[in-house]
Amino acid sequence: MNQNKIKVIVSKVGLDGHDRGVKVVATLLKEAGMEVVYLGMYQTPEGVIKAAVDEDADVIGLSYLSGEHLVYTPKIVDEMRKSGLDDVLLVVGGSFPPEDVPVMKEMGVDEVFRGGSLTESIVDYIKKNTRGKS
Amino acid sequence: MAKKTPDNPDEMAQKLLAGDRRAAARMITLIENQSEKSSQFMKLVYPNTGKSMVIGLTGSGGSGKSSLINHLIRQYRDQGKRVGVVAVDPSSPFSGGALLGDRIRFQAHSMDDGVYIRSMGSRGYLGGLARSTNDVVRIMEAMGNDVVIVETLGAGQDEVDIIHVAQTCVLVLTPNMGDDIQAMKAGIMEIADIIVLNKADLDGAISCLHSLEATIQLGISRKEGSWTPPLIPTVASAAKIEDLQGINELVKAINDHQEYLHQSHAIDEVQTKRIEQELGLVFKDEVQKFIFKGLKGTGKKQQYIKAIFDGRTDPYSVVEEVLKTFLKEGSKVKETISSKQQI
Repeated sequence: MNQNKIKVIVSKVGLDGHDRGVKVVATLLKEAGMEVVYLGMYQTPEGVIKAAVDEDADVIGLSYLSGEHLVYTPKIVDEMRKSGLDDVLLVVGGSFPPEDVPVMKEMGVDEVFRGGSLTESIVDYIKKNTRGKS
Repeated sequence: MAKKTPDNPDEMAQKLLAGDRRAAARMITLIENQSEKSSQFMKLVYPNTGKSMVIGLTGSGGSGKSSLINHLIRQYRDQGKRVGVVAVDPSSPFSGGALLGDRIRFQAHSMDDGVYIRSMGSRGYLGGLARSTNDVVRIMEAMGNDVVIVETLGAGQDEVDIIHVAQTCVLVLTPNMGDDIQAMKAGIMEIADIIVLNKADLDGAISCLHSLEATIQLGISRKEGSWTPPLIPTVASAAKIEDLQGINELVKAINDHQEYLHQSHAIDEVQTKRIEQELGLVFKDEVQKFIFKGLKGTGKKQQYIKAIFDGRTDPYSVVEEVLKTFLKEGSKVKETISSKQQI
């Protein structure tokens, strides 16, 4: 079991305390053979990015439910840029209006999965789009 | 997305020694993946290791290892020390994936540049650690951490590899895990330099403390000047910091043990054991890699497997045959080594 693994940081930033969804996603990524670092809730953008640097993550996954996605996402993108994480995939999931999806993509999010997304689509997207590690 | 360009080992090692966490992070990934460059990296890193205090925490899943480490980090940071943490969690035997959840307990340090935390999946390696945990500890030493804390995965009775990595091993227990016979068994109970009874505010803690105390007394070495593991009750998780218990005592016990190791020169023995274990591991890996590389493309591996399946031979005879062939080829190497033996 020593082949390269995809490493994913999953987290929730801000004061949103709904962690059911992020736990479901973390579990299904684990079942898809990925190494998932779950940071828990109430994180800061700086903390998430520092963890991504230390863990050499391929993917950062953020989960939102309570409407803070347009507030925290630009901060995350900004911190990623500052830390030079331009080869790390940023994926956002959760519950938000459909019209916010293009807004978040414009901000720099690579892909958005709204409630009702199929698990296969999330796994496939990550497997196809992560950078290769030599 | 563009594939990351291959990294130059010398340049990366230089950055690592200067404390660059991205270089450290990338190097750890390459070593975890056992990439071709691993040994090159380790050769560069190795001379800069062996000086940090390495503490190991082991114990069952949920006993409070991560929560205790959270407080240890705080204490060492208050002393102005740089801290590295390697936290191992189990990998799935089915998917190979892992849920690495130890970082949740370290949230208080998520913004501190003096703390470097790395989570690792065990990737099928037994013994409570991952194959490359020791290398990762060395990388953390080389990047300038004064203290490196290693957390094993949830360990039961026999996951004792931590003794080959850490100088001071802390075993974390909780009340009501079994009677004194459980505590008398060989294995994990024997490797502890310090025994912590965490969740000491739970019912049953006092009788548990008494029976552990009795068990420790049974196991005390009669040799003069030898170390007796202290037993420390702790409460590592509380709403208010005043309600925590035993954290200062644990830090003191770790310091006492380190002092004992250095004064009795037992530290040399610990370091020698670590090197012995390391040498064995590296040797096994490299020989295996060497032989599999030699067999690659010849189709012989499949032939051997088929022959064993058909009952014409067995794994032991196959390995003997393969080793003979390789040792014959390797005899030239042997001559070269013996002619260099003057060094």
